[in-house]
Amino acid sequence: MSSQAHEPQAESNLYGLMAEFDDADTLMKACEAARDAGFKKMDAYAPLPVHGLSEALGIDDERIQKIVLCAGLTGTTVGFSLMYYITVISYPMNVGGKPLFSWPAYVPPVFETTVLFAALSALIGMCVLNGLPMPYHPVFNNPRFEMASTDRFFLCIEAEDPKFDLGNTRKFLEGLHSQEVVEVAK
Amino acid sequence: MSSQTMTADLSGFRNKAFFAGVAGTVACMAGALSNSDQFWRSYLLAFIYWLMIPVTCGGLLMLHHLVGGQWGVVLRRQLEAGTRALPFNLILAIPIALNLPKLYEWANHEHTAHDKILQQKAFWLNPEFFLIRLGIYFLIWLTLRYLLNNWSYDQEAGGGETAKDKLRNVSGPGLVLHVLTVSFASFDLGMSLEPHWMSSIYGFLYIVGGALTTMAFNILVLARLSEEEPMSHHVRPNHFADLGTLMFAFTVLWAYASMSQYLIIWSGNLPEETPFYVKRFHGPWLTMATFLMVFHFALPFFLLLMRFNKRKKAIITKIASFMMFMRLVDLMWYIAPAFHEVEEAGHHWPHWMDFAAPVAVGGLWVGVYVWQLGKRSLEPVEVHRLAGGHH
Repeated sequence: MSSQAHEPQAESNLYGLMAEFDDADTLMKACEAARDAGFKKMDAYAPLPVHGLSEALGIDDERIQKIVLCAGLTGTTVGFSLMYYITVISYPMNVGGKPLFSWPAYVPPVFETTVLFAALSALIGMCVLNGLPMPYHPVFNNPRFEMASTDRFFLCIEAEDPKFDLGNTRKFLEGLHSQEVVEVAK
Repeated sequence: MSSQTMTADLSGFRNKAFFAGVAGTVACMAGALSNSDQFWRSYLLAFIYWLMIPVTCGGLLMLHHLVGGQWGVVLRRQLEAGTRALPFNLILAIPIALNLPKLYEWANHEHTAHDKILQQKAFWLNPEFFLIRLGIYFLIWLTLRYLLNNWSYDQEAGGGETAKDKLRNVSGPGLVLHVLTVSFASFDLGMSLEPHWMSSIYGFLYIVGGALTTMAFNILVLARLSEEEPMSHHVRPNHFADLGTLMFAFTVLWAYASMSQYLIIWSGNLPEETPFYVKRFHGPWLTMATFLMVFHFALPFFLLLMRFNKRKKAIITKIASFMMFMRLVDLMWYIAPAFHEVEEAGHHWPHWMDFAAPVAVGGLWVGVYVWQLGKRSLEPVEVHRLAGGHH
């Protein structure tokens, strides 16, 4: 089962152990098993979106939601202030006899600034939190990893995980119906 | 496909609904003796509210046949049962057809004799053509109901792909017909209560509002069905999350359309259009307008943003019940002030029969619906599409 093709790495130069799977179901079960075994620093790679995979990996990171909510509310405030400044302070103009502070007319632009701020913060926040753009990533040191974009599924448990132990973690991954478990260099 | 019938014991549910319906009917009968005008107004409100559910069940069913999705697989039996309750709505329409002059000023000859504008609109707004149109809407809805149920039955009986293709092919044009018929029906039943006033987004508001009511209603029924076999095997928290997300989408769309209508009329500031809002921005109707903004939009918006609330059956059913109530408040805000002049609308309150009549009609309608639900298996038609999904 385990590959002999790669020289064992010194632990200091080890990024993690990567297991290869045939299909999404096996990957899903492996992720759940790894999560239940207490592993935290790990990631799964699949050629297609697998529903429920983040739950199976135990990812409960809610930073992006908070960023988007704050940015959205900032967009509301900025949009509203901008409209108020334009129509009441900077360039007051009588339109159809309506009051200068005509809030119904503010709604569409304020809605738009809210969406704009929220959407941009979602994109930028996602990139920053993921460390993108990232020209180098250790997972590509596994030559078979290219197939993660065609028909193979991978789970990589990182050496930084406090529960990581080269021998035991390898045994653990091999027991999850994986095809192959390889060491991945940093 | 298995031909076995999987039903749950729904007699308690049905009896409770009928009991509420009969109690509401008795109350409204008593109310009708003292105030028959108000009785007919409240009855119209109740009729429209409960008409939107079976009609939109058909709309959502066709949407599902076109785009798929697990939400439709778990709801399909319910949506089909909803369309099969439609003949009962046709019976409910008869009293309205017989009492048009009590409700619509354009149907009242004494009134139109002094109203130049209504005389010019008479080619459209006259009792005969109104009834013909109402008949056409029901004919289209009942035809779609027949096809959607019949071919679904074929698919189950082994018709497989052929029946599926037929369902998909009728759903495209059917959905177009749905949008057109609901728009025109809302113009006739609701908007023509104030025949001088017009709004082209009015129909869309009914379509979206109807979708919201229907989604909330179906969440409540699904929650009840998921307590027993066979649905207890199939319904998972993610299904409620998906349905909650659809409810969220319809809530936002409702707010978008309502705001659009208001903004256009407010900006235009034309004497034919503004009375609608002037009427509704006085007295209790202004309070209701504020109430709608906060509880029909802001509160459900934030509650339904959170996935936790949508996955927990106990929470999503509370939100759905509340949305069904808010839909009634919204429809009441549109219908009830229409019967008063601009100057005095602010002195009128919603009548107790505006609440009792929807309970009466609703109880009876839900009873018919549950009876129809029990007539077919509850096992989802394409149950294999639910298997293999992850928790």
